[in-house]
Amino acid sequence: MSTQVNRLGQGGRIDRNKPIRFWYDDKAYEGFSGDTLASALIANGVTLVGRSFKYHRPRGIYSAGPEEPNALVQLESGAYTEPNRRATEIQLYDGLHASSQNCWPSVGFDIGVVASWVSRVLPAGFYYKTFMWPSSLWMTYEKYIRRAAGLGKSPTDVDPDFYDKTYAHCDVLVIGGGPAGLQAACAAGRAGARVVLIDEKNEFGGALLSDTAQINDQSADRWVSERIAELQRMTEVRLLPRTTATGYYDYNFVVANERVNEHIGPNTAGKAVKERLWKIRAKQVVLATGGIERPLVFADNDRPGVMLASAIRSYINRYAVAPSRRITLFTNNDSAYRTAMDAKKAGIEVHIVDVRKDPQGALVQQTRELRIRIMEHSTITGIEYSRGRIRKVQVMEIDESGKGVTGQVQTIDCEVVGVSGGWTPTVHLFSQAKGRLKFVDEQHCFVPDRPWTNNPVSVAGSCGGSDQLNDCLAEGFDAGCSAAQAAGFDTGNLALDATSTDPVPGSPRPIWILPCDHPIGRGRKKHFHELHNDSTVGDIELAAREGFESVEHLKRYTTTGMGTDQGKTSSVNALAVMADIRNTTIQEVGTTTFRPPYTPLSFGSIVGHDRRELFMQRRKTPMHSWHDRNGAVYEDVGDWKRPRYFPNMGEDMHAAVQRECVSVRQNCGLLDATTLGKIDLQGKDSIRLLNMLYTNAWDQLAPGRCRYGLMLNEHGMVFDDGVTTCLGENHYHMTTTTGGAARVMNWIEEWLQTEWPDMEVYATSVTEQWAVAALSGPNAGKVLGKLTDHPLDERSMPFMTMAHADVAGIPARIFRISFTGELSFEINVPARYGLALWEALMEAGDENGLCPYGTETMHVLRAEKGFIIVGQDTDGTVTPMDLGMDWIVSRKKSDFLGRRSFSRADTSREGRKQLVGLLTEDPKFVIPEGAHVVENLRPSPPMEMLGHVSSSYMSPNVGRSIALALLKDGFNRKGQTLDVPLMDGSSQKVTVTDTVFLP
Amino acid sequence: MLIIECPWCGKRDQSEFTAHGEAHIARPGDPYKLSDEEWGDYVFFRKNPKGLHYERWVHSHGCRRWFNVARCTITDHIYATYKPGDVRPEVEE
Repeated sequence: MSTQVNRLGQGGRIDRNKPIRFWYDDKAYEGFSGDTLASALIANGVTLVGRSFKYHRPRGIYSAGPEEPNALVQLESGAYTEPNRRATEIQLYDGLHASSQNCWPSVGFDIGVVASWVSRVLPAGFYYKTFMWPSSLWMTYEKYIRRAAGLGKSPTDVDPDFYDKTYAHCDVLVIGGGPAGLQAACAAGRAGARVVLIDEKNEFGGALLSDTAQINDQSADRWVSERIAELQRMTEVRLLPRTTATGYYDYNFVVANERVNEHIGPNTAGKAVKERLWKIRAKQVVLATGGIERPLVFADNDRPGVMLASAIRSYINRYAVAPSRRITLFTNNDSAYRTAMDAKKAGIEVHIVDVRKDPQGALVQQTRELRIRIMEHSTITGIEYSRGRIRKVQVMEIDESGKGVTGQVQTIDCEVVGVSGGWTPTVHLFSQAKGRLKFVDEQHCFVPDRPWTNNPVSVAGSCGGSDQLNDCLAEGFDAGCSAAQAAGFDTGNLALDATSTDPVPGSPRPIWILPCDHPIGRGRKKHFHELHNDSTVGDIELAAREGFESVEHLKRYTTTGMGTDQGKTSSVNALAVMADIRNTTIQEVGTTTFRPPYTPLSFGSIVGHDRRELFMQRRKTPMHSWHDRNGAVYEDVGDWKRPRYFPNMGEDMHAAVQRECVSVRQNCGLLDATTLGKIDLQGKDSIRLLNMLYTNAWDQLAPGRCRYGLMLNEHGMVFDDGVTTCLGENHYHMTTTTGGAARVMNWIEEWLQTEWPDMEVYATSVTEQWAVAALSGPNAGKVLGKLTDHPLDERSMPFMTMAHADVAGIPARIFRISFTGELSFEINVPARYGLALWEALMEAGDENGLCPYGTETMHVLRAEKGFIIVGQDTDGTVTPMDLGMDWIVSRKKSDFLGRRSFSRADTSREGRKQLVGLLTEDPKFVIPEGAHVVENLRPSPPMEMLGHVSSSYMSPNVGRSIALALLKDGFNRKGQTLDVPLMDGSSQKVTVTDTVFLP
Repeated sequence: MLIIECPWCGKRDQSEFTAHGEAHIARPGDPYKLSDEEWGDYVFFRKNPKGLHYERWVHSHGCRRWFNVARCTITDHIYATYKPGDVRPEVEE
């Protein structure tokens, strides 16, 4: 095991009594409790963590937070594996396994490095220009490109972990637990508001955890602990550490991901929740999201060992690791001087290269007093890098314009370069919430300007551009007070009680793109403005030359900001480069829109419990257990599981369906029709409603009588059908198609509520209340007769009537209606008796050879008779007349839904597509449904189509294949012979017939 | 995600509701008095304004009641919700 060579002797928020063993690239290391994977790797002297995306250049850890562009690892393996996790965000746990990605065969030696030798032929937009044409070959290239450029590998096994979701409501949601956020949460909490405080790190404190500042003349550390203790005592305050606000949506709806047990490792499966997705509605939001340090862009600034200056400070102060004992800081502002002093105090040799001439801030003075060498008015012009390490940096004097260098090259021996180009406020959430940003010249950054109407939000601290701790504390307090006030709480007696004395900073020099000894974009040295996607300043210049000047075009052309880090460190520098090229301001160039999620979100967290049956329920009828026991093969109809057929031993679908079809026609069969939609209609205006909903007339329907109806939309097109029965005065039982049940219910409610509120009709869905067994076939009466005393003969119970009677001792409604054309009884019983009814019928029918049948047989049987299935033989463009069902359209009624559309020019014209039967030349051939029918067959498409086959089956009762089709001018084509071209290039001749195959 | 005030249930999450397009399109009392073009307007044509839009919503996963919403299509700001049959409220954009 390696020793922690870079661990400092003291300090840090780590527990040296709790060593943790972990593996990186199959090598064992040791870190401490409190480490991140990144800090532990640095402690162990691991400098290379990956290869870059495009040029496969070696890369090292760059940051200490969510902005990390380089250190992406594959965390764990097998079912637990997660790709593209940032080492800077992974809390170290015992037994952690991680591996580098995007490098083969190893991080040290990478085959893909040849890509960097040929980098001159890999400019921005390269893939689009080279591989997208000819488009037919893209499919071939894509595979190889994806493999070469691939990031991590997604897991192939089912995730065994548990994920949870929670909804929460609060008065004030504070995002970010640094000085401003803590102040805001405390102020709002003291006022009595219900507060949720979330922070992405495992500890609250934000930047203070990496700082050496004092608040109220005590260490910031102590102040943070006191604030957390205070908040924990408040019953209306909820603290959520390890929680990232990933999305900010309309009406203050914030989605946050809590990594509940991730820090324990993947061994909690079945025992604990791994991640929890919070969906929070807040009356007021306070954004205290802080800022991210901006890099400087200089020659070969992607070398492992180049890091953000603030990250170095974090590693030293928070994690007690020194990335190196020799550090050069490179800056255009005062911020890096804090790092310089802390590093010096930790015993590190420090040099500063400052692009400013004669910097004057208080921090600079303090640094000078520590005898740290400052090279003013200078820039790093190159990095000497060999065998995985920076050896030296080259420094030259920068000229007044900031675009050239002069004088002699000097060198500094060092292994790590800390860069600081100032701070970029973390405005992502504000922007996601449609807030407007403005560019502030003094601070050279975008800050929140105007929030969106529907998102009451205030901003505090560095998120708003403040860089002084004292300001952050005051702004946080104010924001907390005003948010609590706006949410209805009195803050009159609250007073600011936290202050800090900050050194007065000097002005920054607003340049970020530093010159070297050759023009940027030429020569061997590369200036990377975007590390994650390997995009250089030269790429932006190319984009500008080719006319991709708008910020949205620039982004897509160079892929800047399109990596999984969303350009957290790169976007403003890209804008600065473009502004420079176009000779305008960053404000003029503008920003792209920030989109959720702020940091990547696991699919597990988004999905939560919505898996398998909890995602998609399976509706089962009361008879389902019988179907299961008797080998039913199911078909999904909506959410329902319906038996499709019941195969005997050794039967395939075709054999089973043929047998079932013959049984029903010659003997009798039993179908589970429970899934049909059922709506109970009551009220004195029920007939008025039925007359408007259906095309036929309903005035004369006596109690106990049934009638079939077609339902149209206002376009005049068929959208549902079914039988409605009069149960008594002002009481009707409507049935709908299985798939259309909810649609019809909505349709009825819509018209009753919006257009006809004067109608007194009560519609209730009773689909689930009734179980239905449809007994069909010449012996149906014989079988049912054994179970009921009710007379079933033609006179007592004619076609299209309904009777109340006991069946097998169960109170039932018997409907003599038919979807097969055979003698049929649809027996409805309360759902809880469904199974008993079914079993009684099967037993009673045993000696008559009663055959259970499924939906496939039902389809064949109805097609033999030319009965339509709405949704299969219709598609929303078909009128009753197109179906040859003029007989059901009332001529007498003055109005019904859709009627007026019949006389529209297109609906009434000749030659519309009409439903006809088709018989194939080869009676054994079953045309695939969806096949096209043509008049003039050609050797290959295009051919003018007349229409398509909507239903097609082998019918044992007709003794041949049958089909239904919607054909242009179909009614006039009866008797014609047409062609059906098939996918394999052959074709089948068909004769157009009537739709009734079995009279 | 909007918060919508159902006139019967109060403020609820958008996920409980379904939108159904432009409001205040009355079904013609006598469709046969309309020309084909007028009928076509009623059946097919809907406004798509940038700004204030009076539209129909239904509380489908709640009380199942239909109602109207005056919403700005740019800002998603909801000025008012009201029951079917109520007079369309005048709002200041």
